[in-house]
Amino acid sequence: MLQIDNLTAEVAGKPILKGLSLAVNAGEVHAIMGPNGAGKSTLSYVLGGRPGYEVTGGSVTLDGPEGQIDLLALEPHERAAAGLFLGFQHPVEIPGVSFVQFLREAANAQRRSRGEEPLSGGAFLKLAKEKAALLKLDMDMLKRPVNVGFSGGEKKRAEMVQMGILDPGFAVLDETDSGLDIDALRVVGDAINTIMRQKDENGPGKAVLLITHYQRLLDYVKPDFVHVLAGGRIVKTGGPELALNLEKEGYEAVAA
Amino acid sequence: MSEALAITATRPSTRDEEWRYADADYLASADPARLTQWLEHAVAPGETERGFAVIEADSKSAGFVDRLRVHVGKGGRYEHFVINAGGPYARCELDVTLEEGAHFELGGVTLGGGEVRQEIVTRVIHAAPQCTSNQVVRAVQWGRSTGNFLGRVEIPKDSQKVEAAQNFRAILLEAGASANAKPELEIFADDVKAAHGAAIGALDEQAGFYMASRGIAPEAARKLLVRAFIADAFVAISDDELREDMLDQALHFLEGVEL
Ligand SMILES: Nc1ncnc2c1ncn2[C@@H]1O[C@H](COP(=O)(O)OP(=O)(O)OP(=O)(O)O)[C@@H](O)[C@H]1O
Ligand SMILES: [Mg+2]
Repeated sequence: MLQIDNLTAEVAGKPILKGLSLAVNAGEVHAIMGPNGAGKSTLSYVLGGRPGYEVTGGSVTLDGPEGQIDLLALEPHERAAAGLFLGFQHPVEIPGVSFVQFLREAANAQRRSRGEEPLSGGAFLKLAKEKAALLKLDMDMLKRPVNVGFSGGEKKRAEMVQMGILDPGFAVLDETDSGLDIDALRVVGDAINTIMRQKDENGPGKAVLLITHYQRLLDYVKPDFVHVLAGGRIVKTGGPELALNLEKEGYEAVAA
Repeated sequence: MSEALAITATRPSTRDEEWRYADADYLASADPARLTQWLEHAVAPGETERGFAVIEADSKSAGFVDRLRVHVGKGGRYEHFVINAGGPYARCELDVTLEEGAHFELGGVTLGGGEVRQEIVTRVIHAAPQCTSNQVVRAVQWGRSTGNFLGRVEIPKDSQKVEAAQNFRAILLEAGASANAKPELEIFADDVKAAHGAAIGALDEQAGFYMASRGIAPEAARKLLVRAFIADAFVAISDDELREDMLDQALHFLEGVEL
């Protein structure tokens, strides 16, 4: 579903990704772990097309609703319409723009670019309520400006509400578990499973790339593969047990 | 004194503080009456009045100057909301005198591209105790345009318990655009609260990418962000419909702008 080949990228002239390759099939969950500064967030930004993150080599293809696409050739908003979702490590605050307004605009922009009818105000609100309930987030919070004054954990839950509403085919979730309390972690884990692991017989299927530092989210969202990203590349790949080993012994011992 | 001499004496120039950012060529060529006369208005004690103005660009004239002098009686309130999308040179000037317990509220926006020069200029005289003023001005400039806010607040010695606030923020959508803020506080009373703030910056790039990552195209994202930015100037419009209408009118000037 997502195929990354020998990707290299730099930020402010500094090489960060140094030949990263990764293949994720539909229906799979892959976890990426790795030391601070390894390039995990950089990978998610590069996939999203963030300005300032310059791809210097390699390729990325994604299976979208209309077949395989060259992800790197698309503008950031086109990547979203093609089914990519980024859960931000640090969700951005946007004063003066309410979540409802923002998400309705986003959902309808994506629908229009896929040639679908935009959602009516009522239909959108119904969808938003359903997803807010799934994440146990008070609907009133979605009437507030985007992320403004939200606690760390609330921001992460709001990210997942957004994912629920936008219903992507491929999600890159960057430390969605950080900042969550114990109960919220379960709620978010269950929501990821509900939104991203349900069987979709018609589409190309779904897949998730979970960037995390800890095993705890992986207890709920069971990964098929665990990768260690260090120095801008995948240096080790294993099954779910790799995360447990890392937790016990650290990167130095396991991924050296 | 001959008439010609009187005219040279009163014609403002960019050497005058409150005309320092004005279009010098226009000042030299305009009918001096346009630059020096005021439209006078009085708000009766205890009354509330509201003024709305939308200044559009007019390529047929070199400049447009709108000058309004308002006297607000005891306990009265005057609110003025202006969209200055004029040019090549467009100036909206307000001279307000407040009596005891009176309030002046200004919400102003300048919006322009190309080579336009747009100004909102105020002088608020807190002539008696306990009167208050609040001024919020937002500038959105692109091309090589300029947006200016010159706000002068006067609080004489006997005007105690006065509150005067000014807030100016500008967003420059392109590198060639500029904005100037010139707050001027003349405070002679000691028991007053006067606050002013000014900030000039670019549109939030992080917010732009965040919106794009959700599927919102750059033009729509810019519109949402500019709308939120401008909205500050109109929060004091208590009527929801009027407020939305002013916002829509302001945004209309951004339509079709290629950035
Ligand atoms: N604008 C920038 N200019 C220079 N260096 C940058 C910039 N942005 C990121 N970097 C560097 O890129 C490297 C990778 O950062 P990245 O955020 O991808 O790390 P990460 O793996 O997500 O780390 P963490 O686990 O702490 O979130 C870091 O060394 C960081 O300092
Ligand atoms: Mg990171």
